[in-house]
Parts: sequence; structure tokens; C-alpha cells
Amino acid sequence: MSRAGAGLAALEAETERCMAAFAAAGAERVAPAVLQPAETLLDLYGEDIRARAFVVKDGLREAMLRPDFTVPVVERHMAGGAEPARYCYAGPVWRRQAAGSARATEFQQTGFELFDGRDRAAADAEVFALISALMEGLPVSVSTGDTGLLRAVVAGLETSTARKAALMRHIWRPARFSRLVARYSAPGSEKAELIAAAKAGRAEAVMAEAGKAVGLRSKAEILARVARLVEDADVPPLAAEDVALMDAVLGLKGSVVEAHRVLEGLAADAAALRPAVERFARRIEALATRGADVEALAFEGAFGRTTLEYYDGFVFGFFDPASPETPSIASGGRYDALTEALGRGRGIPAVGGIIRPEAVLALRGVPC
Amino acid sequence: MLKLGVPSKGRLQADTFGWFAERGVVLERMSDGREYAGAVKGIDGVELVLLSAGEIPRELAAGRIHLGVTGLDLVAEYLSPADGVTEVARMGFGQADLIVAVPKIWIDVETMDDLDAAAAAFRAVHGQRLRVATKYHRLVREFFRDKGVADYQLVDSQGATEGTVKNRTAEAVADITSTGTTLEANHLKVLADGLILPSQATLFVSDRAKWPDGTDQTFRSLMKQI
Repeated sequence: MSRAGAGLAALEAETERCMAAFAAAGAERVAPAVLQPAETLLDLYGEDIRARAFVVKDGLREAMLRPDFTVPVVERHMAGGAEPARYCYAGPVWRRQAAGSARATEFQQTGFELFDGRDRAAADAEVFALISALMEGLPVSVSTGDTGLLRAVVAGLETSTARKAALMRHIWRPARFSRLVARYSAPGSEKAELIAAAKAGRAEAVMAEAGKAVGLRSKAEILARVARLVEDADVPPLAAEDVALMDAVLGLKGSVVEAHRVLEGLAADAAALRPAVERFARRIEALATRGADVEALAFEGAFGRTTLEYYDGFVFGFFDPASPETPSIASGGRYDALTEALGRGRGIPAVGGIIRPEAVLALRGVPC
Repeated sequence: MLKLGVPSKGRLQADTFGWFAERGVVLERMSDGREYAGAVKGIDGVELVLLSAGEIPRELAAGRIHLGVTGLDLVAEYLSPADGVTEVARMGFGQADLIVAVPKIWIDVETMDDLDAAAAAFRAVHGQRLRVATKYHRLVREFFRDKGVADYQLVDSQGATEGTVKNRTAEAVADITSTGTTLEANHLKVLADGLILPSQATLFVSDRAKWPDGTDQTFRSLMKQI
């Protein structure tokens, strides 16, 4: 399809409205390339990104049509941007959709990214307030979440480092996460025979009997994992209170103020949760300072856990309440973990948000 | 004419001819076996189209043939429900399973969860994602996603896939196997929950094909016969 006339003008005006607000907030405009190196995105998101982004091939080299702006903006900033920094951008992004889906494969995004580690609560609130102001007057519902809460509970579990790492690694995959929790909650282990053999010093013999050594994964790597299985077999099951705490955090629903009240109660018995709850409280204050109605602002414990990979703190989304199934009108959140993955351990506190101008116009009933 | 696409050669073709013959529909190739043309006896109005099994899904989706015989695996890999290709009959031959296999020496890996854990450790050691060789990119990716496997990458392999582990172009494979002999010969084992798709030769109908006068009727009588 192509746009012209009044529809094009309306879209440009809406994009300009957002960009003007971002510029007024001090953002520098950046224009990332359409073609992004596939390897960067594959390393970040794994093969699943192939189902979401369009791959372009040039011989054996692969590129992807940018599925969002955040990754190239972060890369650009990490390559030498001074802090604090604010960036904004506008343009099309491309997403593959499930077969038969009516969702757009090309759509406009305009967004704002803030790199500032001095006061995370203030940074969260700044981005939220900025996007929120641009949603003013629109019939939207808003929801928020905080993936940092579950991370805090996992980090504080009384279990082995290996189990915590496995849970942390799958925090964005709820089904897999639940299976891990179920397994770690049950006593005993699955590979009793192998573990018994290893304990009797027969791991190498078992390996020799199993088959010929082929491939890059070495015998040492196999034995190292066997050793981890042996260690894991002696790890006591997760405490029922800890599992209940995870469920309680994920099940939170209400206003951010109500959620905070419940979290205070939970943190009274769970020291590990306290810093995250304190951060939560500081954010509520910062949001209120920015003019958000925190008594009414909705919070869901599980919000942002499935669709917003790499968001690891405050997350938010604005939706059309008349069709909650359609993608968000605007969304955003904190993604310190993404900067860490891109910076190979060197992270920069970062929070951002995007608006979909076409969705805004659709809500206003303006054809474009 | 109602166009029936069947594999252009090999065992799959012979079994397809046999399956139809048992149902009173005789498919024949031209006397010179090299010419890709054939004839249909026992029913009127059906034209035989000889195609590579791999192209039959595409031809069905495009509506250039009405019916086609190919593997369930190929239709599942290349088409989606939106392509309008519907299963008519599973034909009971060409059975093969699309599975995930790893070296037998991996005594610590029996399940997809183990593979995921091994992939995480592999990435930490080697700085690259664990490679899985396959030609079934979509099916494998969806299966791995459903199983919650991360830190792997798919590498394309259009043949001799079981050899990729020995050649160190992949650490694991996802491929079609019927007897398991090739896996065995290449020191590989199937994971306990590594069955992605049990496949077999299947007759499909295209919802996109046009049905000019008479083809409808031909289709109904053919359905009755088979």
C-alpha cells in the first residue's frame, strides 16, 4: 500500500507532534539504518527473532529489516555517547506476523530513549510522563508492571546459584519458568542412574560406553555438566513459601499504590524483596511528582513478562480498551539487561518508550 | 481436468501408484520412464502431474494442482493453515519422524530441557550458540520455542545432516528418520521428548484451485473410490 494526500498529512502531523514533544524534552534525533546486522539481533533474542523480523539475504550474509529502533539506538549510545543522554526517532519498523494474522507487517514507530543512571525512579517517571502526556485525550487504558520484582525474588531464593541462574535465564519464558519451578520444588532428581554412576566415579566409563566422541562439545564439557547434575541432586527443594511468594508477586493486581501496600507486606517476610519494593516506592513518588494519578494507575504483576523481552524493571503499555487483543498504542520500559547483553556485561541504565502514530490516528477515527 | 500431483520418482512414487491401484485408480507413467508424463485409468477426468515431492506443497498452495501426494513434514514446514491446503488421507507409507538428535556420548542430555541446559553452558564456553543442523527451519524453531530452548542457532543442511556433527558444523541435528540406522551410524541418539512431527505420505487437496465444470464431480467420484 502507499499513502498520499490527507492520510499522509495526518500521519506526518501525528509523528511531528510526538517528535516535537521528545525534542522539547531534550532528545537528539537519530535515524538508524533500515538494514540491521542479523547477528546482533540473533545473539540477543535467539532464533525466535526470525519469526518476528524479516530476514534479507545477500549471499551468505544476513540482515534484518529493523524490528525496532531500541537496539541500534543503544548501540550508537554505547559506542561513545555521553551521559545523561536523550534520543528520539521516527520511522517504519517491520515485523513478521503469524500466518493468517491481520496485524500490520510494516508500521510507524516514534520513540524516546533515556540513558541516565543517576536516578532510575526519576528516569522511569520522566519517560512514562512524556508518553502519557502524548496519550492525553485518547480513549486508552494504561497498565504497568515491574519485572524487577520477580527477578528480586529469584535472586533471593534459598537455592543453588545454578538454579537461580537457570530461573533468571528463563524469566521471560513463563511456561518454561513454571516447569523449572515445578522441578526445583520436587525432591530427588531425574537422572538417578547417571548420578549414582558419577558418584561412584564411573562417569567417564559410562561416557566411553555410550558412544564415540563426535562434535565440538568436548568430553570435559559433558563431564562438567554431569558434575553439575550431581551437585543439583543434593540441592533441597524450593521452600513452599518461596514458590508462594513468586505466585503472589506475579498475581498482583490493582493500582500501583495498592500493589505497593501488598508488596510491603510480602517484603516483611522476604528480605530479598525489600530493595525492589523500595525502588517501587521511589518510583511511585517520582510518578506522582510528574503528575501521574498513582491511586488510579493500574499495576499487574505479570505485565510485560511475555512480549517485552529484556525489559527488566518498570514496564508500561497503553491499550485500546475496546479491543484489548490488538497491540499496544504505546509502550515502554526499563531495559538495563539489554544494554548489558549488547555491552557484553557493561550495562548502562536505560529506559524508553514508543508510540505507534497509526494506532493513535485509528483511535481518533482519522484515516491514514 | 482434475490435476493430481504425485512424486516424480522413487519409492514414494511407486507406493503412491500402489495405493491408488488398490483403490481401482491406475496411475501409469509413459512407456519411456524418463518422460515426466503419465496417464490415469479407472476414472475419467483426472490428469497426472509428476512433480518433485518438495514442490507439491507450493503447487497446491498456488492452486495449480487440485490434489497432491507429498510428505506431511513438507506441508507442515512450508505451508500454514492460511495457505488453504487440507489433508484428505494419510496413506500409510513413507513413514518418517522429524526428530532432534544429539551425540550418544552426551550422557547428560536425554531431554529437550537437558539440551537447553547444555546450550547455555556451550554458549558460555564457546561464545557462540549451540548449532542445530536442519532443513526444517520453521518446524524446528517452533518446537524449540514451545519447549523453551534458548541459546541455540539453526544452521541450514539440505542433505547428509547426520554428518554435520562429525564435521563440526553443528552440535545437534533435527532431521527425518525412519529406521534410525543413519543416526546410529553417525553416533547420534534421539532425545526422549525430541519427536517434532511423525510424518507419512499424505494426499492433500487445494482450496485455492479453481474447479471448472466437471472437476467437482470428478473429485467427488474419486473421493468415493479412495
